[in-house]
Amino acid sequence: MNLHEYQAKQLFAQYGLPVSEGVAAKTPKEAAAAADAIGGDKWVVKAQVHAGGRGKAGGVKLVSSKDEIMEFAKAQLGTNLVTYQTDEKGQPVNIILVETCTDIAQELYLGAVVDRASRRITFMASTEGGVDIETVAENTPEKILKAEIDPLVGAQPYQARQLAYKLNLNPTQVKQFTKIFLGLAAMFEDKDFALLEINPLVITSEGNLHCLDGKIGIDGSAVLRHPDLQDMYDPTQEDERERLAAEWDLNYVALDGNIGCMVNGAGLAMATMDIIQLKGGKPANFLDVGGGATKERVIEAFKIILSDESVEAVLVNIFGGIVRCDLIAEGIIGAVEEVGVKVPVVVRLEGNNAELGKEVLRKSGLNIIAADGFNDAAEKVVASVGGA
Amino acid sequence: MSVLINKDTKVICQGFTGAQGTLHSEQAIEYGTKMVGGVTPGKGGTTHLGLPVFNTVAEAAEATGADATVIYVPAAFCKDSIIEAADAGIELIVCITEGIPTIDMLYVKEYVVRKGVRLIGPNCPGIITPGECKIGIMPGHIHQVGKVGIVSRSGTLTYEAVHQTTALGFGQSTCIGIGGDPIPGTTFIDALELFQNDPQTEAIIMVGEIGGTAEDEAAAYIKEHVTKPIVSYIAGVTAPEGKRMGHAGAIIAGGKGTAAEKFAALEAAGVKTVANPSEMGLALKELTGW
Repeated sequence: MNLHEYQAKQLFAQYGLPVSEGVAAKTPKEAAAAADAIGGDKWVVKAQVHAGGRGKAGGVKLVSSKDEIMEFAKAQLGTNLVTYQTDEKGQPVNIILVETCTDIAQELYLGAVVDRASRRITFMASTEGGVDIETVAENTPEKILKAEIDPLVGAQPYQARQLAYKLNLNPTQVKQFTKIFLGLAAMFEDKDFALLEINPLVITSEGNLHCLDGKIGIDGSAVLRHPDLQDMYDPTQEDERERLAAEWDLNYVALDGNIGCMVNGAGLAMATMDIIQLKGGKPANFLDVGGGATKERVIEAFKIILSDESVEAVLVNIFGGIVRCDLIAEGIIGAVEEVGVKVPVVVRLEGNNAELGKEVLRKSGLNIIAADGFNDAAEKVVASVGGA
Repeated sequence: MSVLINKDTKVICQGFTGAQGTLHSEQAIEYGTKMVGGVTPGKGGTTHLGLPVFNTVAEAAEATGADATVIYVPAAFCKDSIIEAADAGIELIVCITEGIPTIDMLYVKEYVVRKGVRLIGPNCPGIITPGECKIGIMPGHIHQVGKVGIVSRSGTLTYEAVHQTTALGFGQSTCIGIGGDPIPGTTFIDALELFQNDPQTEAIIMVGEIGGTAEDEAAAYIKEHVTKPIVSYIAGVTAPEGKRMGHAGAIIAGGKGTAAEKFAALEAAGVKTVANPSEMGLALKELTGW
């Protein structure tokens, strides 16, 4: 689960980190009123979407009047912002963050992730802030400084100092950096972050460190234990079908092909997409119905798959481990009848009661193509859309 | 011989009296696993499935002499359960539960490493030595006593590999599901080392998927240390970047962790890779001449 910039900054403020005074506004009026509340004569207005690259896409503007704020808010709110990180539809803008303006002397980078290889929360800092950090890492890896946090003792101040001196900070800034680093490390663990990025972390013209942007990803498995973070969930930023699927405990990811897939198990679901492509077809989606594939969930899965208009055939690939294939077959029949499936459905059943399941499908009289094995299923579904 | 478990392994179950614990313990007993008891706090002193229930793992370990435990408790309590088992001196901990927060796993993994305890999972089907001992949720009947060691990040793809090697009559020595999470207790390298040193295992199937660098690290290890023939498949060639594909660990981030990279690394290490997941068994047949 991702947070908006304004939400990230609210968390930063809770941990005593330096952020700009700002107001998240939902209407042009609120945005203009925010300028009065904040004071001053220059502000930054920023469209709030779950994607980077907002500045270049026109989603961030420096303004010096309330009229300009109104104008920006009117132009942005209710539209979709397309950046290099979004798809061609873009992400909907429902909130504008109005902030005090910060004079920047230098831009740094500070971020953290869970590094899988070292099994540590790993901080990364760089003097090359304000730009795409992946490019920096690719071209000049020596400019990325790292600090690994030992899970059993936690972040230590010396680790912050070590980074700060290498960033050429002055003694006051080293102290400020240490406070920011320790605050972020505490937040990362307390709030179950998966990803954290402050890009840029700036040195202001007065010489102080300041968190000018904030990007936070929360570990989806941990959201349940953070009611405060649950309240920050913004469903408008998610793909609608993916969101609907999640409500039924189904894992769905939309792809751009024409063969819908319904599979039990994430690995087998990916393998099913792969084998479709190998046989010359194109998968329309990833969908894992999970271990407890009940009739109701199979029906919902069909509905979600078929809500994608480009789907011309569906491949159901079930390896019945604990679940019985004859029950799955009944679920498929129920789904085909209830949803009114008009496209060819190829079904491969393996494992527990597979033969009985195939028998159930045969006797149904429905237009269901039974496959013998994984490979055969892929070939049959690709053939059914006239592919390969 | 087999790896980690055999017919004498004494197993307890944490979350024994819950729905999952009950269902899978029944099936394990039916398969022939030497289940010796279970743990459910508050139900100590009672009997479940004809076996004693204990309040704590320490009591269960002392009374039964258990070598291994299988954990079916909800994700929010798994950190506690795994550490409890490690502190009770259980040498093999198998955690089936999906959805444990990654931060919890950072602590847990560090803890079991320092304790010298083997953790398998979480978010995995478990481990089975066909004909001897089944710890986990895999369907016992598809397995066959044999000579292929299988290690996989995916449950259902483990079953595919098992199904194919059973159909060809090779059977399996031991199958280890290491799970689909970013921080697994047992890695590919751990499993490969066990299989390399196990006389019953004559060849290996390794099933990976997108996300992280575990397969690349395994490739480097194979080059140096593994002499047995290996067939490998990596799931997710068609997976888009930045999208989590069901498993918490299956995500291509920043262009890293693609299936193509992993295939290339394994090929370079001398592993026979297959692009078609239905051909793992056939590729093994070709590679070994069986």
